[in-house]
Amino acid sequence: MKGGHDLGGQLEMGPINPEPESQEPVFHADWERRVFALTLATGMLGKWNIDESRHARERQDPLAYVQNSYYENWLEGLEKLLVEKGLVSIEELGLTANTPGQTTESLSVPNPQTAQKILSFGAHSTIKTDNQPLFGNGDSVLVRASQTTGHTRVPKYAQGVIGTVVAKLGCHSFPDSNALGVHEGKFLYRVVFSGVDLWDHSSTQTEVLIDLWEPYLDGAGN
Amino acid sequence: MPHDHHHNHEHTEPPSDLELRVKALESLLVEKGLVKTETLSAIIETYEHKVGPRNGAHVVAKAWTDPGFKQALIKDATEAVASLGYCGRQGEHLEVVENTNDTHNLVVCTLCSCYPWTVLGLPPAWYKSAPYRSRAVSDPRGVLEEFGTKLDEQSTIRVWDSTSEMRYLVLPQRPQGTENWSEQDLQQLVSRNSMIGVELARSAEQKGEGDK
Repeated sequence: MKGGHDLGGQLEMGPINPEPESQEPVFHADWERRVFALTLATGMLGKWNIDESRHARERQDPLAYVQNSYYENWLEGLEKLLVEKGLVSIEELGLTANTPGQTTESLSVPNPQTAQKILSFGAHSTIKTDNQPLFGNGDSVLVRASQTTGHTRVPKYAQGVIGTVVAKLGCHSFPDSNALGVHEGKFLYRVVFSGVDLWDHSSTQTEVLIDLWEPYLDGAGN
Repeated sequence: MPHDHHHNHEHTEPPSDLELRVKALESLLVEKGLVKTETLSAIIETYEHKVGPRNGAHVVAKAWTDPGFKQALIKDATEAVASLGYCGRQGEHLEVVENTNDTHNLVVCTLCSCYPWTVLGLPPAWYKSAPYRSRAVSDPRGVLEEFGTKLDEQSTIRVWDSTSEMRYLVLPQRPQGTENWSEQDLQQLVSRNSMIGVELARSAEQKGEGDK
């Protein structure tokens, strides 16, 4: 199933209507600010990774995903993870905050200094490997079709299309597995697609570059 | 027409369900010891006031004036940008893509909202919206036109869909007539939107318009 999040190439989504750059605040309401901070702070508890977090936001009715505002989707994802990881019960989410349930004995809850340190270090997604990449620069590759209901980072619009490898980006954590809590590395490639191959004959002078992991790709001759 | 009504909505309307839901969640998490209020404040302070597109403007203006830095930036942006003190979350694997006379670069994340936080801060609302995410890949010229950006018809648009943990920053072309400008003055021509690729850098005449 294609989730509501896989938006590339969808039609009829309406105009962009960007706010003027100099007038746009970082957050548009206080609750957005709080959802953002709560998401980052609870992420630092180490109970889930970035792909589990993305997948939690994606696992929604596709229409709801598109209709929700951005931080509403973050809130949906956060509540889901808190319950699924046993940090909060469904009852607690429905109740007021006066009845805390489970305790947090084994968790290390970051103070401001630790949080700053975590944010300024980031988290690298590269993983060491002795394996060799299957594809090289200049190789033609066909993006495999995927009907997964799990998390994946291969956009639907590229599936079934042939592109050319333009860079080998090393071995990176494979999102499809990482979203299930399995941390394994797969080779990542930068693949260029022509607009004509992706869309139609009028899309000349357009190229789309997508970072794709080896399991998404088949060789397509040279 | 914000002043059509005789009363002030901010003070008379009850908080929305969403506000109440978020407040309840925050109280619950604080009470359970899962988050600290002061940590939330530190996180908000970081992304509302410290990390933002001025970082990227610094990087771009330096690349315009310092050929050695530009070379290092194109070769290993993560490293070069870290040398200016910009590193961390959502910038671990950074790549800088350079606009030229015949190639224009545009960055999107069709699957979510990946964005180079360390140099641009948090993404604007439109970057995360369905209209931008859907059309940036299939109709980039139309998208640019919505931002008032018209490119030479002969030029190629390269759209970077941020599907992995690689993050992309566009190096816009240096505007004409700025040959003797200082790095500091040049920074004022580097809009956030030009580093996403939906606009060009401001022209020499537009200096200072970012504050309008």
